[in-house]
Amino acid sequence: MSKRNPEYDFAWCPGCGDFGVRRALQVALEAYSAEHEELQANNVVVAGIGCSGNMVHLVEGDQPFGIHGIHGRTLPIAFGVKQGNPKLNTVIVAGDGDFLSIGGEHLGPAANRNVNVTAVVMDNGVYGLTKGQSSPTTEFGKVTTSTPFGKIENPVSTLKLYMSIGVTYIASYYSSKPRVLATLIQEAMNHEGFSIVHVQSPCTTYNDTYDILKGNAKQGIKGVAFDIPEDHDPTSAEDANDLLSRPGVPLGVIFKKEGKTLQDRYEDLQAKAPKRTNDQLLDSYLLR
Amino acid sequence: MDKHDFVIRFAGEGGQGLVTSADALARAAAHAGYYVQTHSTFPSQIMGGPASSQVRISTTPVLSSGDGVDVLVALNQYAYDHHNEDLNPGGVTVYNAEEYDLPEGGKYFGIKADELAKSTGNARAANMVTIGAVAYLIDFKLEEIDVFITQRFTRGRPGDDEIIEANIKAVRLGVDVAKSTGFTVGQLQPAVAPDYQQIIITGNAALSMGAVAAGLNFYAGYPISPATTVLVWMENNLWGEGRFVHQVASEIEAINAILGAGFAGKKAMTATAGPGFSLMSEGLGLAWMAEIPLVVANVQRGGPATGLPTKSEQSDLYTCMHPAHGDIKMPVLAPGTIEECFYAGALATNWAERYQGPVILISEFGLAERGENIRRPDLSEISTESRTAVSEGDTGKRYDSWDGSTPLPGMPIPGGSGAYVANGSEHDEIGDTTHLPRHHVRLMERRFKKLGLLDGAHYEIENADADCIIMPWGSSKGPAREAYDRLREQGENVGWLYSVALNPLPEEVKTVLKSGKKIIVPELNYLGQWSSLLRMEGYNAESITQYTGLPFRPAGLVARIGELIGAGVTA
Repeated sequence: MSKRNPEYDFAWCPGCGDFGVRRALQVALEAYSAEHEELQANNVVVAGIGCSGNMVHLVEGDQPFGIHGIHGRTLPIAFGVKQGNPKLNTVIVAGDGDFLSIGGEHLGPAANRNVNVTAVVMDNGVYGLTKGQSSPTTEFGKVTTSTPFGKIENPVSTLKLYMSIGVTYIASYYSSKPRVLATLIQEAMNHEGFSIVHVQSPCTTYNDTYDILKGNAKQGIKGVAFDIPEDHDPTSAEDANDLLSRPGVPLGVIFKKEGKTLQDRYEDLQAKAPKRTNDQLLDSYLLR
Repeated sequence: MDKHDFVIRFAGEGGQGLVTSADALARAAAHAGYYVQTHSTFPSQIMGGPASSQVRISTTPVLSSGDGVDVLVALNQYAYDHHNEDLNPGGVTVYNAEEYDLPEGGKYFGIKADELAKSTGNARAANMVTIGAVAYLIDFKLEEIDVFITQRFTRGRPGDDEIIEANIKAVRLGVDVAKSTGFTVGQLQPAVAPDYQQIIITGNAALSMGAVAAGLNFYAGYPISPATTVLVWMENNLWGEGRFVHQVASEIEAINAILGAGFAGKKAMTATAGPGFSLMSEGLGLAWMAEIPLVVANVQRGGPATGLPTKSEQSDLYTCMHPAHGDIKMPVLAPGTIEECFYAGALATNWAERYQGPVILISEFGLAERGENIRRPDLSEISTESRTAVSEGDTGKRYDSWDGSTPLPGMPIPGGSGAYVANGSEHDEIGDTTHLPRHHVRLMERRFKKLGLLDGAHYEIENADADCIIMPWGSSKGPAREAYDRLREQGENVGWLYSVALNPLPEEVKTVLKSGKKIIVPELNYLGQWSSLLRMEGYNAESITQYTGLPFRPAGLVARIGELIGAGVTA
């Protein structure tokens, strides 16, 4: 259930990282709208399938438009929304399974196009909604319900993948500090081009990684998340690749590159392409 | 002998200019006032392989590619061996004497087109030598070919005049060869040129043009035979303010891209063939469930799997009607002629807007690349419908219940009022996911009830009181109509029923079906798909099937329908 719709019959588990991401998304959408003096209705949230996709129904306050589509297809749907109306602020919310497994084929084309959409990827390293199967980011050897004797595939190196295919804005964060996460999402929305904010969003039921991420002094666990050093230059691909060669989960903006978006390139072509009326088109077939 | 109708076939190997030759003859004849229809068959490879291209020229509108061939131009031995049997009695073959020879005494003669072309000073005029020979055989006016040549090669370049002169000379050399043999296949009756403006266009170009005429402004597609030319057409022509066209990475991307665009307010379309259509299944289910306007054209080829990419088959009807899991029955428009391709392209676009959902436009290889001269459509007669808008402060919700007694509630567009979630899960009034039975029931009914809004497609009913009624669909309309006309001429009591809309069927068509008369469905598939769908509705339908990858021939249909109705008819 949600505040605005008591009849809505979906809920995340207590402690789910997606609560924090929802809060961050809500703040970012409001801040973005205020910054650009746009209505909330100018935002479109394109949701994947899985626990995280339900976020589109749980955003509170003024409502954005949303599409809760089919598994893995957030990128092509968002492409259609954005190119259908380039004025819409188009944001994807999807999980690691949706975005990187079944939907992985769309990443390359989206990067090649530099389509001006923002993807907020919630990575919990597991398929939660179907009750705990191995996902593309599940670590090697991990026992899950679908890998009862241990996972025998390597996990995908998400940030390196984004970097290698040419995503033009890459940020990494976790779900625990929604205010900070919101500023990254807002920055990604403002980025002209394909932007991904990859968020570690733990599944408290099937893959609780809070301690691994943040550490736990009492149990002597040192967290793998680390703040990106202040001298990191996100406009430098070299710096970004160096950063990604370090183990652990960097927190902040990894890479940012200005350039033409698909829409910019399309408008360049539009200026050159012939513009004929329907009658002129039909007349080109006249039998003379 | 005077004849009103000739079929000329050029057979050989892909890359030998077969299509160019048939097209040149078609254009010259159309210009002279005849009705023409071309038909080609070729393997799925860029160059080489057995191929043929033919043109049917007639003083009356051409309904099909005909029965046999009156003039066969066989450019190699294989072509002669494989097409010779299609020659009509009285037909003549022109063979390529530079490639092979045939024993003396048959109804054929050899021609050395390359050698003769070289003697004109233009080696590239070889196909004009052949066309000259063909023109003599059917007594086609040479001046019309001269006009065609002059138009084609007047390109404002130096040397145009020499090229024109050489081509005209090449035609005369071909005529001389044919004349010296003493053969003729008859005299083509003079044409009565139609008094209206004509265009000469293929099925894929016509359906693209039709969709754009109704306001289509977003296209995403992926290359696949025989739908590729729709993508190419759009990439060339769908430019201008508010329009967008893009080749995407797969059919899955295409369907989801047009879903996003349709949601964002665009009139969006993609075109594909069987394999791509299969990949679009899940997206079509989402469009149905979330009620997103869009058009998918399935230009059928032979199936299943990769099947026959460059052959004619009508075997995707089941999948077009029921493309995805769950309770779905898509609106389906199936044009049967090039002209109908244009109007169905426009109507599909309008239907999608009118009922706020996906529409399937089912075409086929037999229409896709076939050229035909048709009346130039009057664009002022094409309506451009747009989904009902949501006005500021409208309290209606996107997924309100709807029983058909009021106008369909408006569809909110992002950026405007009425924010909702277009949801592929069952949902409540604003699109939030729900599993409550009452929502599944009321929206299931709404989705099916909306089909009732879809009318206005072309249909034909003749002699509906006959005991047997012929009801083809798609491109089988042409040969079936020729068969029907011949049966009527022979006094057989058969009726005619035809509908471009296969779902929903027009009420008038249903009335005929409900009469319980025997419905005979000629269709190019193994399962008898349309007749079985009609039987599912309780109608008395039976198929005449063919699954050769080739279109029906009217004579074959006359014989098979005759058998079914127990008539002693002659083809």
